[in-house]
Amino acid sequence: MTKLHCIFMQGVKKPFREVIDVAWGDAQGAGIKPLTFVRQVLAACLYPQLLDSNRLPTDVKQKARGLLSECHGGSMGSYTDLPGIPQVAREISEYIARRDGGDPPKTGNIFISPGSQWALQNILNLLVHGHGEVRSGVLTPIPCHVTTIESLHSLGGVSVPYYLSEEHGWELQMEELNRALEYAKQVCAPVALYVVNPGNPPGHVQSKKSIQDVIRFALEKRLFLLVDEVYQDCVYADNVEFVSYKKVLAEMGPPFSDTVELASFHSASKGFLGEAGLRGGYVELVNMDPDVIKYACTIFSKDTAPTPGQIALSVLANPPRLGDPSYPLYEMETQQMQTMIKANVRRVHEVLDSLPGISCQPVEGGAFAFPRVDLPPKALQKAKEMGMEPDTFYCLRLLEESGAFITPGCEYGQKEGTYHIRYTLLNDIMLMEVCAINHILINCRHF
Amino acid sequence: FNSIKSENTKRQVQLTFSSTDVHIAKYKNSIYDVQVLSACIYPELLKNQTFPVDVRQRAQTLLDACGERSVGSYTDSSGLNHVRQSVAEFITRRDGVPCSASNVFISSGSQRVMVKLIASGEGDVPTGVLTPVPCRHTLPMMLDFTGVTLEPYMLDKDRGWAVDMNELHRAVNTARGRCQPKAIFISNPGNPTGHVQGRKSIQDVIRFAAAERLLLLVDEVYQEYVFEDAAEFISYKKILFEMGPMYSDTFEMASFHSISSLGECGLRAGYMELVNIEPGVTHFVDTMLCTDISTPVTGQLAIDVMINPPKPGDSSYHTYTKEKEHVKDTLKWNCQKACEVLNNLPGVSCQPVMGGIYLYPCVTLPEETMKQAKVEAGPLYCEQLMQGQAVLIGPGCTRGLPAGTHHFRNSWIKENIVVCII
Repeated sequence: MTKLHCIFMQGVKKPFREVIDVAWGDAQGAGIKPLTFVRQVLAACLYPQLLDSNRLPTDVKQKARGLLSECHGGSMGSYTDLPGIPQVAREISEYIARRDGGDPPKTGNIFISPGSQWALQNILNLLVHGHGEVRSGVLTPIPCHVTTIESLHSLGGVSVPYYLSEEHGWELQMEELNRALEYAKQVCAPVALYVVNPGNPPGHVQSKKSIQDVIRFALEKRLFLLVDEVYQDCVYADNVEFVSYKKVLAEMGPPFSDTVELASFHSASKGFLGEAGLRGGYVELVNMDPDVIKYACTIFSKDTAPTPGQIALSVLANPPRLGDPSYPLYEMETQQMQTMIKANVRRVHEVLDSLPGISCQPVEGGAFAFPRVDLPPKALQKAKEMGMEPDTFYCLRLLEESGAFITPGCEYGQKEGTYHIRYTLLNDIMLMEVCAINHILINCRHF
Repeated sequence: FNSIKSENTKRQVQLTFSSTDVHIAKYKNSIYDVQVLSACIYPELLKNQTFPVDVRQRAQTLLDACGERSVGSYTDSSGLNHVRQSVAEFITRRDGVPCSASNVFISSGSQRVMVKLIASGEGDVPTGVLTPVPCRHTLPMMLDFTGVTLEPYMLDKDRGWAVDMNELHRAVNTARGRCQPKAIFISNPGNPTGHVQGRKSIQDVIRFAAAERLLLLVDEVYQEYVFEDAAEFISYKKILFEMGPMYSDTFEMASFHSISSLGECGLRAGYMELVNIEPGVTHFVDTMLCTDISTPVTGQLAIDVMINPPKPGDSSYHTYTKEKEHVKDTLKWNCQKACEVLNNLPGVSCQPVMGGIYLYPCVTLPEETMKQAKVEAGPLYCEQLMQGQAVLIGPGCTRGLPAGTHHFRNSWIKENIVVCII
């Protein structure tokens, strides 16, 4: 993408005026403005002289002072201890308790990292044995964003796919999980099950019953549950609700609640915060052996999360509340974003469902639409001649003709013979309109 | 060591000498740096005269370099183009040798990536890395983590912890018996020794690494902290290119730098320059960095500020220069004074340092203490110092050093050291 952008900036003639990047789940990269409160707190933490001025509301100053008092030397430039700035770890713990009910988790079970993927890599490091005759395996969904799988492979682990069911709104099906596990046993030593909820790229949000089924499966088959819940704040469908794996686990009671080992990941990069550049994420570990947690401490201490990322997490976990001076603006900004994304979801369905050869399962949550594209034989032939996957070919044509940049389904995995495209919903509504129009055009012209 | 720290955090730690973290020592960031960064974070601050003109201009330039003018956006995994370009220009200026931005990688974990790279071979024979003793305390753990064998080479204590070429030869030959040595790690200025290598020493190391076909991994993080009358920092790259095409065209190396030395450890960013690495491998490095997603943007911008400080004529120039000189002078004074004091203590001897931010004194512990320690006497000494005097220092790396000697790592960046406590 960057290469194309460079070519464009150098003035090479293309039919389009500018590249419309609707590929990545990068809200701020797409032009969405950051939340004012986060940036004010961060600026004050970095340059404490601002605390003496009238430029910032009192709750911003209070939060900044609180955070700075727990940083070494009262400065954001310093290293932080594990699991991070104590106040941030506490706030995350309280956030989890508010979300799930029950007692706040011990801060010793929460590890802050430079983004959820770092935390995931560290946990994979604990689980995966990547050498010798029998390597560890992790069941991973198809489709799935590619970073986790790459991390797993870089440790020498095996990824064993289980297919989500497109016809049923991309839901996870237990027969398929069972099939995948049986296959896994032949090629590796399966140790964990990786679940993304809400999904990426498909926008499915798991029901409580589905989560219970997965937990039972994990207990029975002795699998560690790796649950990527970074889009938990992004749920749009009216009759759908996000419920965390941890909450369901606790409600199921013993033997599940005190045996099933679970790691749940969250991040400041997604949702309304969208602070992907600041690098803040965390993992909460449930039912892990205390000795393993000690070792996890050592692993996490190698790469502490940057202080700005931790501060973003602090706002995620403990945002302004009703009555705080910053609340009205915060509420307005988050509402605006919610409204915009919901409108995008509606528009996506309207446009895509009206196009021949394109169909899209309902997007219940997450940041992406993942429609299926039925390409005519002519297109398949052309793609074959060019030595590329048919959906890559579609994306390339779209880019060349209209400047809209999306990603092909082959990068995430899909059933043989099916083709998909992924694009993000975290965009200004006008951008979505333009993109929609382009889809229509390219379809009419070529496919 | 970590348990000593955690058990004692409730006590007021009066003096912490163990860490690289200059903020613990109440070191003030340069005003220019934090103003630029906070304006990038909260661009509203650019709207009036809160900050001087050069700060505002700099922040604008940096924001333009970020996607959609926000530090909250992902960047390419190898870093913002603007920052890579700035680093390339900095290196070119410093060494007088051209550097291409495509060989510069911004990351908060580039050393780990390089070690993983050399470890990722096939076969049963483990990969080895020649590592100095003493070395940075996090290095053995990082090597262990990536499944690489650490093959130590002793630095020469009696010559101020200089590199001993005989020792290097011995180490590589010993290594061949138990692993396949593929790289040599070196720190210049030394961490924790404070030794700054001279021209000849650097040439010797380059020749050695070339002859033994070892990738050179050189950590130059403390290049800003050299005490001029004692020594001069010259980069390995500069020397390499002075040695002519026989070496400069083929010798493979990676050099590392970071903003931790600027005092911004919390922002987590550094860069790596690759020299003479094949494009296919460079591409692979790029890919490996992708699993880290991207380096924190605030850290990337801090790198830019570090290598491109205010110039004469800029509004912030005088203040910035004064602040930097003050830090260097304090450090130099502290190190020299502390070294004197330590050398006057019974059972303690300390090599003078030429650079870096640490002292690495040797303490000969009495027999009873050694017997009393159930594990290592070094950490026991640190623990007692912590409990008795509320002073925290770091136990030294004891691997391979003569029995009965113990070293401790002390960082001397704090102002007005109350030396009598020791």
